[in-house]
Amino acid sequence: MTAVAHVLVAGAFRENAGRTLLAIIAIALGVALGVAVHLVNSSAVNEFGIAARHLAGEADLVVRGPRAGFDEALYPRIARLPQVTAINPSVEAEVPRYGHKESLKIIGMDLMRAADVQPALLPERTGLTLESFDADAILLSPAAARWLGVKAGDNLTLQVGTRPVALKVIGLLPEGSYRQRIGVMDVASAQWRLARLGRLDRMDLKLKSGVDVESFRRELQTMLPPGVHATTPDTEARRGASLSRAYRLNLEMLALIALFTGAFLVFSSQVLALLRRRTQLALMRVLGVTRRHLAAWLAAEGAAIGVLGAALGVGLGYELARYAVTFVGADLGAGYFRSVEIGLTADPRTLAFFFLLGVLFAVLGATAPALEAAYRPPARALRAGDEEEGPGKPGTAYWGLAAAGAGALLARLPAIDGLPLAGYAAIGLILLGTVLLMPRLAAFSLACVPVPRAGVAAIGIAQIKATPRQTAIGIAAIVISFSLMVSMLIMVSSFRVSLEAWLGRMLPADLYLRAARSGETGFLTPEVQARIAATPGVGRVEFLRGQNLLLGPERPPVILLARPVTAGTADKVLPLNAPPLVPRPNEPPPVWVSEVAADLYGMRPGDKVRLPIGDRPLLYTVAGVWRDYARQGGAIAIDRELYIGITGDRLANDAAVWLASGVGPADVASALREHVGADESIEIATTREVRAASLALFDRTFAITYVIEFAAVLIGLFGVSVSFGAQALARRREFGVLRHVGMTRREVGAMLGSEGALTAGLGVAFGLAVGWMVSLILVDVVNRQSFHWSMEVHPPWPALAGLAALIVAAAALTAMWSGRAAMDDDVVRAVREDW
Amino acid sequence: MNADKINFLKRRRTLAWLTGLLVTPNASSQVTGQPSSVTSSLRHPVTPFAPVVPGYRLQFPQDEGSHPEFRLEWWYVTGWLEDAGRPLGFQVTFFRARPDLKHDNPSAFAPRQIMIAHAALSDPAHGKLLHAQRAARAGFELAGAEQGRTRVWVDDWLIEQLGRYYRARLSARDFQLDLAFVPTQPPLLQGENGLSRKGPAQESASYYYSLPQLKVSGMLARDGKQRQVAGSAWLDHEWSSQYMEQDAVGWDWVGINLDDGSALMAFRMRDRQGGSYWAGGALRRADGIARVFAPDEIRFTPRRTWRSPRTGADYPVSWTVKAGDLEIAIEPLFDDQEHDTRRSTGTIYWEGAARAFVEGKPAGRGYLELTGYWRRPNL
Repeated sequence: MTAVAHVLVAGAFRENAGRTLLAIIAIALGVALGVAVHLVNSSAVNEFGIAARHLAGEADLVVRGPRAGFDEALYPRIARLPQVTAINPSVEAEVPRYGHKESLKIIGMDLMRAADVQPALLPERTGLTLESFDADAILLSPAAARWLGVKAGDNLTLQVGTRPVALKVIGLLPEGSYRQRIGVMDVASAQWRLARLGRLDRMDLKLKSGVDVESFRRELQTMLPPGVHATTPDTEARRGASLSRAYRLNLEMLALIALFTGAFLVFSSQVLALLRRRTQLALMRVLGVTRRHLAAWLAAEGAAIGVLGAALGVGLGYELARYAVTFVGADLGAGYFRSVEIGLTADPRTLAFFFLLGVLFAVLGATAPALEAAYRPPARALRAGDEEEGPGKPGTAYWGLAAAGAGALLARLPAIDGLPLAGYAAIGLILLGTVLLMPRLAAFSLACVPVPRAGVAAIGIAQIKATPRQTAIGIAAIVISFSLMVSMLIMVSSFRVSLEAWLGRMLPADLYLRAARSGETGFLTPEVQARIAATPGVGRVEFLRGQNLLLGPERPPVILLARPVTAGTADKVLPLNAPPLVPRPNEPPPVWVSEVAADLYGMRPGDKVRLPIGDRPLLYTVAGVWRDYARQGGAIAIDRELYIGITGDRLANDAAVWLASGVGPADVASALREHVGADESIEIATTREVRAASLALFDRTFAITYVIEFAAVLIGLFGVSVSFGAQALARRREFGVLRHVGMTRREVGAMLGSEGALTAGLGVAFGLAVGWMVSLILVDVVNRQSFHWSMEVHPPWPALAGLAALIVAAAALTAMWSGRAAMDDDVVRAVREDW
Repeated sequence: MNADKINFLKRRRTLAWLTGLLVTPNASSQVTGQPSSVTSSLRHPVTPFAPVVPGYRLQFPQDEGSHPEFRLEWWYVTGWLEDAGRPLGFQVTFFRARPDLKHDNPSAFAPRQIMIAHAALSDPAHGKLLHAQRAARAGFELAGAEQGRTRVWVDDWLIEQLGRYYRARLSARDFQLDLAFVPTQPPLLQGENGLSRKGPAQESASYYYSLPQLKVSGMLARDGKQRQVAGSAWLDHEWSSQYMEQDAVGWDWVGINLDDGSALMAFRMRDRQGGSYWAGGALRRADGIARVFAPDEIRFTPRRTWRSPRTGADYPVSWTVKAGDLEIAIEPLFDDQEHDTRRSTGTIYWEGAARAFVEGKPAGRGYLELTGYWRRPNL
C-alpha cells in the first residue's frame, strides 16, 4: 500500500515539478536571507566583542570617561587602591588620517604598564626600545597597517585640530595578537600629539586575586567623577554591540518575513496541488491508506520541499554572507561596525537552526492542507466539482478575527528589553489573521462584485464569484506579499520624507565647514574660528562643539551638542516636538534632549537633570525634546556660551556659515579655504551637498532592507503565479468544455486574464489595507521602540499605485499564460477525465 | 684599576636588557656579542646628561639620594639571610634610567626617568631562583627616586633610608620581603674617592660607593607564611652618564662580606677569546684600611663548571679569585642560580649567593655574578 502511495506522491511531484521547484526556491531564499543576515550580524557583534575584550587584555575592570576624558590626577588615586594590582592609563581616540576620509582608533597607553595588563598590545620579539617612547612613534596592528597601506618605518600623518601630525610607524604588533585596526602609542606621546595633555580616557585595572570584582566595581564607582564609569570588559564588549541591537533584530525579522512568505507559497501551492489531486487521494483512501498515513505522506511532501529548500538556503546564505562581508561591510552598510574587520564565524548550531526553521515552515505550510485533504470523506472527494468545497472550516474566520484582534492589542505593548518584540508579534498575528479571514472576506467582497452582462470577462468573473474559497487562496497570497511590500514602502518613505524635512530644519545655513569627516581629534581652534568669521563673504557664522557624555555604563555615549540656542526661540534651531519651555530665573539653565535621549534616560520637558558636563556635574532643566535622526545613542543640545562658561572649552567641530548677500557659495568656499590656511585640513560643503550626503547615507543604510524586501516581493510574485498556474491546471476540464461550446483560445485566455485581474485586484486592495496597518505598527511601534525616533506617515502613493498596477497586470498575464499552457493539452481528453 | 668598571658595565647591560630602554635597536645587538660601534651619540638628548668629573667629593647622606641629571643610577642590595637555620640568598635592585628623549614632551607621563626594580631569592631547597620585577616611569608619586636621601620606589616596592638604617619592602607573587639594613661600617668609596674609572678613556667613569657588612633583620613571607629572618648584606650605589667601548663579551664579579669584618669586591671582564680584558677590585679590612687593586692584581681562575639543563649554557660557578695577596675560593650556595629574564629583558645570566673560603676554611659570604655565558640564539 505504501508503494502505491509512493508512486502517487512521486507522480504528483513529477507532475508539478515547476511548482515544487518554485516552492523550494522560495524556502531557499527565505532561509538564505535569514542565514546571511544572521551570520553577518553575529560575526560583526562577535568580532566587536572580541576586539573590546582584547583591548582590555587581562583587565578585570575598565574605567572609562566621555570623549573629553577625565583628569589624569584620578590615575594615581585609583592606582594606589590596595585592591588594584596593576593599572594601565590610556588615551583613546578615533583619529582622522590627514587628507583622507577614514580615521584610525589609537590607544595611547603606558607601554611599561601594559605588560601587566594588556601584553597583547606590545611588540613581541623586538621588545620595547627607546624609540617606542618617541613622541612621534606609533605601533600598528597588522590589520591597521594593511588597511593604511604602510609598513614599519613609514610615516603616517594624522589630523589633530585642523593640522597634520606626522607620526612614524616604528613597528607592528604581532600577527594575530589584535585582529582589528588599531594604533598603539605611549600615553605621553598620545597626550601630547593628540592634544590631550592632562587627560585620560580609560584605565584598565587588574585586581588582586580574591577581590570580588562586582563589589569592588561598585565601591570604585563612588570614587569616580560623574560621567566616568567602571565596567567589566564584558559590559564593554556588550555596549559596543548594544547600539546596533535593534537594527540587527529588524534585519533578522525582515529575513524571517521572507521565510514566512516562502512558507505561504508552500501552503498555497500545496493547497492547490491537493485540490488537483483530490480524486487521487480519495482513491488512495478507498484503496485502504489510513488517514494518518495519508496526512503523514502529504506532510512529508512539504518536509521534502523544506529539506531541499533549507539545505540550498543554508549554502546560499553562507555565500551571501561572505559576499556581503567582502563587498558591503560587516555592518551591511549601516555604519555600526565601520572599522571592524570580521572573519565570518558560522556556528553550526545557527546553521542548523535556520535549516530546521526552513523545514518547519515548509511542513507547516504543507500540513494544514494535508490534514484537510486526508480527513475529507473519500466518497465526496471522488466526485467532480468537489474542489470548491475546498479548505477552510467555518471556525477559521473567528480564529482570524481573534488573531488580528490580539495583534492590535500587542501593538500597544511597550518594548521588551529594549526590543519591539510585541510589535513584531503584532504584525505576525495581523498577517495570520488576514490569511484566516480571507475566505470569508473573499466571499463577501466577491459577492459585491457586479457581473458584466456579456463577454468573456463575464464568464471569468462569474467563475470567480462561484468559487470564493479557491479564489481566497490566490487573494491571500497576494495580500501577504503585497501588504509586506506596502508596509515597508510606507515605512521607508515616511522615514525618508521625515528625514528630508528634518535635514531642512537642521541645515538652515548656506555652507557647512568641519575639521574632519570622521574621528574625534579634528577641531577648529579659536584662531581658526576667528579666521572663518573674518573671511570676506561670510555674513554670519555659528560654531558647534560636539562632545559626549557617559550617562550609563551599559549604554553608548550621549552626544553633547554645544551650539548657539536661545531658550525662547529654541524651536527655531532645533526640531522640537512641542513649544520650548523657558526656565524661570531661579531654575537651572536649559538643555534640549533628543527623542532618543528622552526615551533612554526617561527625561521629560520640565525635568531637572544632573549632567556631567565639565568636571563638576550641574543641574539642568530639560527645556524640550527634539527629533534627531543622526545620533542613535541620543543627543543633548546646550547653548554654546553656557557650555564654554562651564567647561572653558572654546574649540568647535563644525561651523554653519550664512553668506553675505550677493556672494556665491563657491566663491565663499574658496575664500574660506584660502583664509583658513592651506595646511589646515577642513571640509566645506554646501547645504545641498550635506543633504545629498545624508540622504545617500540613509539609502545605504536601507539598501539591505531594499534587498530583502525585493526578495519578499519576488517570493510573493512566485506565489501568485503558482496559484494561478495550479488553478489553470486544475481547470483543464473546464477549458475543454468551454472550447467544446465554441470559445476560442483567445477568449478563454481573456476570461482567465479577467479572473486573474479580479483576484489580484482584490488581493491588492486588501493588501493595501493590511499593509497600511502594518506600516503604522512599523512606524509607531517597531521603529519608535527600536530607534526611539518619531516620524510622520508619508505613503508613497505613486509607487504604491504603480506596484499595484504591476501586480494586477502580472496576475492577469500569468493567468492567461498558464491557461494557454493548460490548453496545449488535448482538451478532449481533459473533458474525459471527468469520470 | 678598580672593580667599579665591570660592575658598572654588568649592571648597565642588565639594565639595558631590562626594557631595552637605553639602547636603540642597533645597540641591542651588542649584547649578543656582535660588533657594533653604536654609542650614545646616535641620539641627542633634549637636556644634556651630567658628566662624571674628577675632584667631586661624595656628600652623605646627600649623595645617597637620586642624581636625576645623570643617565643611569642604581641601588643594589645583595645578601644572605638565615631562615630557621637555613641559608637563603636575596637580591633587591632599583635602577633609575634617564632615557635620552628626542622631544621635550610636556606630558606628565613623559618618561623622563624610568624606574626598574628587580628582586630574586636563592633558596637551595627550591633549587632555582625565585624572581620578580617591576618597571614604571617616574611620576604621579607612583614610582620615583628621591633626591637628598635614599628613597626609590615602584608602586609598593621600595628601598628607603630612614635615619641610620635602610628598609627594603617588596611583594612578588612567590615571596614578600620587608627587611631593615643597619650599617656597621662607613660607606666604602670605590675607586679614587668614589670616582670609579671605567676604562682607559678618561671620561668613562662613575660615582660609586658601597655599604658592605649591613646587618639585616626583618620579615620574609613565602607560601603565605611569614617568618622573621636575619643576616648580612651589601649595598652598592652608583651613578654615571657615560657609555663605554664595547670590547668585552661578559664579566665575572664577586662581592663578599668576610667573617672577620672585611669586605672584598673583585671583577674581571672577558674579551672575545675568554681572557681578561680588564680587572679590578677593592678590599677593606675591618680596621677600615682599604686597598684598591690595579687590573693586574686581580686574577679569576675557574674551578668547576655547571651546565644549565634549560639553556645548555656552561657557567663556571666555582672560582679561585686572587686579589693582591689574598687568595679566596668562591663556591655557590647551589649551582642553579641562573636568571632567565628573556621574557622581559631578553637575556640570561647567572647571579647568586656564594660562599668564600680561605685556605679551605669558610671565610665569608656574598654574591657572584656571571654574564655573557649564554648566547642569544640567532633567529
